[in-house]
Amino acid sequence: MNKIDKELLEKIADLHSTPEGSYNIRKNGQSVGRKSNSDIEIITKKDKAGIDIIIRPGVKNKSVHIPVIITESGLTESVYNDFYVGENSDIVIVAGCGIHNPGKDKSEHDGIHSFHVGKNARVQYIERHYADGTDAEKVLSPTTEITLEDGAEMTLETAQLGGVTYAKRVTRAILKNDAKLIIHEKILTEFNQKAETHFNVELKGKNSSVQVISRSVAKNKSYQKFVSNVIGKNECFGHVECDAILLDRARVVSIPKIDAKCVDASLVHEAAIGKIAGDELIKLETLGLSQEDAEQVIIQGFLN
Amino acid sequence: MIELKNINYSAVDKNDIIKDLSIVFPEKKITVITGANGSGKSTLVKIIMGILKPSSGEVWMNGKDITNFSITDRARNGLTMAFQQPVSFKGITVKKLIEIANGKSLSVGQVCEYLSKVGLCAKDYVNRELSNKLSGGEMKRIELAVSLAKGGSVYLFDEPEAGIDLWSFDGLVGIFESLKDKTIIIVSHQQKILDIADNILLLGANGKYTFGTRDEIMSSIHRPRVCRALEDTHE
Ligand SMILES: Nc1ncnc2c1ncn2[C@@H]1O[C@H](COP(=O)(O)OP(=O)(O)O)[C@@H](O)[C@H]1O
Ligand SMILES: [Mg+2]
Repeated sequence: MNKIDKELLEKIADLHSTPEGSYNIRKNGQSVGRKSNSDIEIITKKDKAGIDIIIRPGVKNKSVHIPVIITESGLTESVYNDFYVGENSDIVIVAGCGIHNPGKDKSEHDGIHSFHVGKNARVQYIERHYADGTDAEKVLSPTTEITLEDGAEMTLETAQLGGVTYAKRVTRAILKNDAKLIIHEKILTEFNQKAETHFNVELKGKNSSVQVISRSVAKNKSYQKFVSNVIGKNECFGHVECDAILLDRARVVSIPKIDAKCVDASLVHEAAIGKIAGDELIKLETLGLSQEDAEQVIIQGFLN
Repeated sequence: MIELKNINYSAVDKNDIIKDLSIVFPEKKITVITGANGSGKSTLVKIIMGILKPSSGEVWMNGKDITNFSITDRARNGLTMAFQQPVSFKGITVKKLIEIANGKSLSVGQVCEYLSKVGLCAKDYVNRELSNKLSGGEMKRIELAVSLAKGGSVYLFDEPEAGIDLWSFDGLVGIFESLKDKTIIIVSHQQKILDIADNILLLGANGKYTFGTRDEIMSSIHRPRVCRALEDTHE
């Protein structure tokens, strides 16, 4: 592990040393550290790049870290990670990818994750994306497929706070009876960066619920697109909230769709895109902040 | 000290809101600005703070012409304002805003001191977000606490008593009295606040105004409640 590796791991997974619990650290296409234990087993896939992560039923208060770092220019990979979360377990999964591109060729990591979350299990999934280095392209496009069995709960926290040239996030979820999905997404784009998010959530089970909170900031000439589709097929509850702050000449497109296929479905979508509120800037200026510092404070708070 | 020289202000499609106004808000004195709704009280304090630009005229502070100063520069020079309508922020906590106002990070204890001064049970508020989940009265008190944390030599309070009915007025009056060595300008309709005024600026319709000591203004009105009598100053 060199200095760059350590910095990337800190940025994406708050890792300052070897994580507790089980882990798999992937660097430039290879596993450079792994630990399985009797609670959480990590197995290399035979047919393609990636791993299976098997969490035994009933395992509680345990964590698994599976960060990915790329420090080479010109490396493109698709990695398949399948999570099998046992019934009644309660775990934290920290994923995330950091790219340091030192050259002129594109580096790209596409993580294709599938979650099979067993009955009454609880999962907190944290995925942070970060990139730095030269002006060369740094692409991170995750696909996440989620199935929540009866009574399962999953919280998905995704953050991309700069550096990534292009990202396309696709999240598809199917919720069964009493299942609950909470998604918090934070995205900051600047310069010519582009980021797209697509959510497709199917509320199949009775009393299933989804809550999506997306907050994004688009600076300079960057572009963001937010597409969500929540389908209610039962007595269920869905709430999608998409707030974006626009600066400079950036553009944000929000395409909400809610589709109630059952008379007992209750679905709400709220979206707001706009400049930083003038009164917020003025208030901070009356406290002695310059306009630039005031903008910074507002953006940090918003993405907090 | 704030001195306004020949200030004019008219909003688009409106008659003059402020017309050739020249007055001095002296140091170590409390001046209360009063007048009917829409008479231009908030407009005037916003002109002093630099939030609105007068169509003509000059603003001086402690002997310095600040007419062309930005809001930030005025704030850094010791001008402090508590808004009539406090601003809410997504994701910014009460503690964070008080720290920004104070210009440094503070301990929870220090933040609590400012909050207790405005009658808030501090611990409950420190980590609350300044969002619309707080009530109007809570926001008003926090707004006051923030201006105290900022400090300065000239304070502008725009209707500080609004929504503060539960809290004893004495507390509020106590805050103004504790700032006695500064220049205090308060927009208010409240008798109890008019009572502590050294000077009163009474704004009327179409930019008309009367300025004088409290006794002069009160006796010229001959009525206990100034706001009722305001119509008399209209033509
Ligand atoms: N942004 C604005 N554009 C046009 N008219 C305004 C604006 N702000 C205030 N006014 C008008 O200016 C007048 C003075 O407003 P204001 O200073 O807020 O009054 P007060 O604080 O005394 O109630 C009112 O008639 C109000 O409607
Ligand atoms: Mg007003």
